[in-house]
Amino acid sequence: MIIMHDIIKTYITGQVTFQALRGINLHIKKGEFVAIVGPSGSGKSTLMNIAGCLDIPTRGSYLLDGKQVSAFNSNQLAEIRNKKVGFVFQAFNLLPYATAYENVEVPLLFAGVNRRKRKERITRLLGQVGLAEKAANKPTEMSGGEMQRVAIARALANEPDIILADEPTGNLDSKSGQQIVNIFHELWKMGKTVLIITHDSNIAGRVERIIQLKDGQIENSHSPAAV
Amino acid sequence: MQLIILYNTFIRDFRKQKKRITLTLIALAWGTISIMLLLAFGEGLHQQLSINQKGTGENIGILWSGQTTKAYRGMGKGRRIWLYKEDPEYLAAQIPEIETIGGEYSRWGVQIRYQDKVLNEHVTGIPPCYREIRNHIPQEGGRMINRIDMDEKRRVVFLGSNLKKRMFEDEDPIGKQILLNEIPFTVIGIMIEKIQMGNYEGMDEDVAAIPATTFKAIFGDLYLDYIVYRAYHPDQMAEIEKKIYRALGVKYNFDPTDDRAISIWDIASSSREFNNMMLGIKIFLGIIGFLTLLVAGVGVANIMYVSIKERTREIGIKMAVGARKSLILYQFLVEALIITFSGGFLGMSLSYILTEGFKRLPLENQVLDFMGRPTVSLEIGLVVITILGILGLVSGIFPAMRAASTNPVESLRYE
Ligand SMILES: Nc1ncnc2c1ncn2[C@@H]1O[C@H](COP(=O)(O)OP(=O)(O)OP(=O)(O)O)[C@@H](O)[C@H]1O
Ligand SMILES: [Mg+2]
Repeated sequence: MIIMHDIIKTYITGQVTFQALRGINLHIKKGEFVAIVGPSGSGKSTLMNIAGCLDIPTRGSYLLDGKQVSAFNSNQLAEIRNKKVGFVFQAFNLLPYATAYENVEVPLLFAGVNRRKRKERITRLLGQVGLAEKAANKPTEMSGGEMQRVAIARALANEPDIILADEPTGNLDSKSGQQIVNIFHELWKMGKTVLIITHDSNIAGRVERIIQLKDGQIENSHSPAAV
Repeated sequence: MQLIILYNTFIRDFRKQKKRITLTLIALAWGTISIMLLLAFGEGLHQQLSINQKGTGENIGILWSGQTTKAYRGMGKGRRIWLYKEDPEYLAAQIPEIETIGGEYSRWGVQIRYQDKVLNEHVTGIPPCYREIRNHIPQEGGRMINRIDMDEKRRVVFLGSNLKKRMFEDEDPIGKQILLNEIPFTVIGIMIEKIQMGNYEGMDEDVAAIPATTFKAIFGDLYLDYIVYRAYHPDQMAEIEKKIYRALGVKYNFDPTDDRAISIWDIASSSREFNNMMLGIKIFLGIIGFLTLLVAGVGVANIMYVSIKERTREIGIKMAVGARKSLILYQFLVEALIITFSGGFLGMSLSYILTEGFKRLPLENQVLDFMGRPTVSLEIGLVVITILGILGLVSGIFPAMRAASTNPVESLRYE
């Protein structure tokens, strides 16, 4: 499903070049539940952004469902972000002027889903994350946990196979965090491939596999039982 | 498909961002209004001043006599020079550049009586050519003094519009008898209302004009008070002036360089000065207009700029969940165009309403006479809207283009 070979990402800031990823080889099977851990600055987000087609690698090959991502044009990348992967950010990244309902609607609009189907889908998704009553609330009128659940509903809007989450509980208290983790767990049980970056040992304990990053390289890849 | 997506996204976001859009709209409308009004009043003022300027006449010179200040051919200085009724013809014969010429008698404090109303007024004795050279044009239903009046020394009087109001109020005066120093005169015409910027002896609207021949017969004046002439072309004025000094210098024995022996007021040259002044005013208004435009432009650009951070993040979010680059750009473009056009249209309409409203204000006539009729110019409006629109577009579209062309991650990170 996700096959990365020798992925390198170099950032150039002024005169300084910095290698955030130095040769990542990664294979994630369909339906896997994986946690990515590692110290700050080890390249977790960089890796995740590349996996989600939000960013492109400097070198290396990335096969998504057997297709070479580097060969895609910008419209095809947009299509992948819209339908194939759902991305959940630590900072939620909701549109501040839109309600919960409207935020979930955004990817559906871009997919050209008609109004009736949109409504059906949004209502179901908000119910699924336990926010049926908050449909008309704007981000400023919601708690962090609620905002993150809206963001998850949005990530699920076009029923992607892959869910990518970059520290989804990083800005939340432990109770809200637990709720979010439960949702990801459920999604995995429904057959989705789920990748989560986390510092939280609670989450790491419930995944199938933990990938440990250090200095832009995979240091270790193992099942939680092995810890 | 992409069009439907654009439409849906656009409608939704437009409704959601009313505040920002309203602000931009107001800034645009405000900029348009201030420039439009400024230029509208400037244009009105210009038109009005031009009309006023022409009230006395065009290409004309006015000549009156004085005292010599130089000794000449054995005659001492301080000698009074007089103009006689033959002098206009004499000058016309000597100076081919003169198109029309006529002499005028003038007298203040003449008693004018109509029924029980008695006024002390300014009476002139004028030739028929004053109709052309001094714009003594009759209102409908009346006439100006003519050749026959002159030849027969008729007792007819042509009244200034304001004098008519004071004597007759709303009554129709044509054919009525009035008494000038107890001598009966028939009113034959009323001068059209005109505004004079300059005058040499009283305003035309307050004058009672009678044929020059009648004037001389009744009041017994020996000398003309003024000679008024018109040139074929304004460029000839200086030449004519020189020739007049020479011709009259010969006739009355004074030094042709003695500019106090006779005096000439060249209205054409003051109208050249007037045109220069008008040009100055126009340049001034243009500069102010440009500065206003700049301020409005900065306002529009600023609103666009302030929202860049928000909007860059917005673009990042949208692209992260699958918006195409083209969708983002078209949305911004359509939005900017709609805002620009509605803002500009709003500004134009308001300026139009304001200027029309101003014209309908029951202002004292004299205020209006000097303010003129503000005129909104469509061309200027379009130029203003285009400039502001381009500014808004550039300041809004460039950041959007940059945001849409990079990776969503970078837009999301934008600070
Ligand atoms: N746009 C960028 N330009 C330059 N350097 C960058 C950029 N993005 C990331 N980096 C650098 O790349 C390295 C990896 O960053 P990354 O965000 O992937 O770390 P991380 O593992 O997600 O850390 P954290 O746990 O703090 O989120 C860091 O040293 C960071 O400074
Ligand atoms: Mg990170």
